Amino acid sequence: MNPERQTLNTDATGGDAPPAASRRSAMLVLLGALVLIVASFTTLDLKWAEFLAPDATAKMAEFLGGFFPPEASPRFLAKLGWASLETLAMSALGTLIAVVISLALALPASLAPRTARASVIRGATRLVLNALRSIPELVWAALWVIAAGLGPFPGTLALAAHTVGVLGRLFADTLENLPPAPARALRENGVPASAAFLYATLPQALPQLMSYSLYRWENNIRAASILGVVGAGGLGQMLYFHLSLFQMREAASVVLAMLAIVALVDTLSFFARRQLTD
Amino acid sequence: MPTAPRSPTREDARLRDPAWHLRLTMAVLAALLLWPMLVASEFKPWQLLDAHSLAASGRFLASFVPPALDRDFLVLVAQSAWITVAIATAGLTLGWLGAVPLTLLGTARLSQSSVGRPMRPLPALGRQAVRWLLIFLRSVPELVWALLFVRVVGLGPTAGVLAIALTYTGMLGKVYSEVLESTEAGPSEALLRNGSSRLGAFFYGALPQAAPELTSYTIFRWECAVRSSVIMGFVGGGGLGQQMDMSMKMLAGGEVATMLIVFMMLVALADHVSRLLRDRLA
Repeated sequence: MNPERQTLNTDATGGDAPPAASRRSAMLVLLGALVLIVASFTTLDLKWAEFLAPDATAKMAEFLGGFFPPEASPRFLAKLGWASLETLAMSALGTLIAVVISLALALPASLAPRTARASVIRGATRLVLNALRSIPELVWAALWVIAAGLGPFPGTLALAAHTVGVLGRLFADTLENLPPAPARALRENGVPASAAFLYATLPQALPQLMSYSLYRWENNIRAASILGVVGAGGLGQMLYFHLSLFQMREAASVVLAMLAIVALVDTLSFFARRQLTD
Repeated sequence: MPTAPRSPTREDARLRDPAWHLRLTMAVLAALLLWPMLVASEFKPWQLLDAHSLAASGRFLASFVPPALDRDFLVLVAQSAWITVAIATAGLTLGWLGAVPLTLLGTARLSQSSVGRPMRPLPALGRQAVRWLLIFLRSVPELVWALLFVRVVGLGPTAGVLAIALTYTGMLGKVYSEVLESTEAGPSEALLRNGSSRLGAFFYGALPQAAPELTSYTIFRWECAVRSSVIMGFVGGGGLGQQMDMSMKMLAGGEVATMLIVFMMLVALADHVSRLLRDRLA
């Protein structure tokens, strides 16, 4: 555990053979993992009997058979299409809101901690961003559903809340790592801070900010499709609804729509990435 | 010769943004795109400010302070937190058990049929099938797997464990294959050419090069599994998520606050342990 002692030990052993200390710590980690795994399986009340019982295979087959054929009546497909659109709209809007707020929060979060006041502001903003990020979208959705009622609106807000945490930090780090010369050149020639930001800092950072935002949007489309299971709209809400009524054929269609959206996003992002990197 | 003062109109033209046509078009286009999205997502922020809902959310938020800290509840939260970690660990273990054989089957680097010649059609087809299976397993969101398994095995940790196991079989299998494919071909090929078995080529050719990366990715996935096992609680997968869902439905803000704090601590702890272990490996 003590890093100093460890370096001492490795120095002492030297050579190509794995040093005794690192081998011992590897064994300790392995042992720890084994204990954790055994403890997990023994304390959890797992119902293996349900799977190993003789009639389990038949039950499972019946359950799976219920999904076929997926529901494909035109009326249902229209509803499914609308829910998919709702999902896409939630993800796009949630990301857009998050981008705007993140940019606003990235400014205080990227303040150089030169004075006490600056470092307090910087620290506080980063703390807020950390808190926003560490609560997953689904938990945010459950909270927003309480505040804003069922539907896609709380889903949008949930995506925005979590994404602000992620993007705010990435944006702040981007701004911090920019070469400072262009902005300083403008500032030293008497340009106000806002103009220096708009004409020197922002254009330099824009490609990076765009690529982060697009990457988050991609993630958010995936997240938006499942947020609905707590009542926050889109395909997830539809899936939850039909599963609760044991309408398995409808549920199968919804899952297929989810897979289609994910596949579409993956393909588009794959080609977009190739375009951008070539 | 002194330059004649420019007329004010020319000055204005010089100061005008040369790209304003484009900017205006983009702004109009963006607004046109945004409008249907606002409609589709029922974006009505004023609903939040409606007196009735404002009072309700205000009451709920106010009840967050103080967090619930009585002994019985803390014991319950600690138990749920352990169940969450246990679900993640058990699920990842099962996922690993599923991923390893599929990786060995799917990795072309370990193929005997493609030593020194193009792969035969049948093994190529088999590898493609394994790849499709892995893609399917990880494309269905784990929350959907959990929802389905809750219907089969009922509420509780079993559904969560199975959901993580299936999704992580897909994820681990894909990444393990990629890591193994990116190892140096020399050692495994030399072994295979000299008649070594697939397992021999794996253990003595590919694994020694890839072991640190494989271990570190697995540890990283454990950290992710802890996070997803909380989320799966919301659909009945047991653990902290399920408790949080119940407290939210009862609008017990104090309990929700405590559990959110415990959740953040749990994730930070998993993050810390995972980073510590991965740094050691690097």
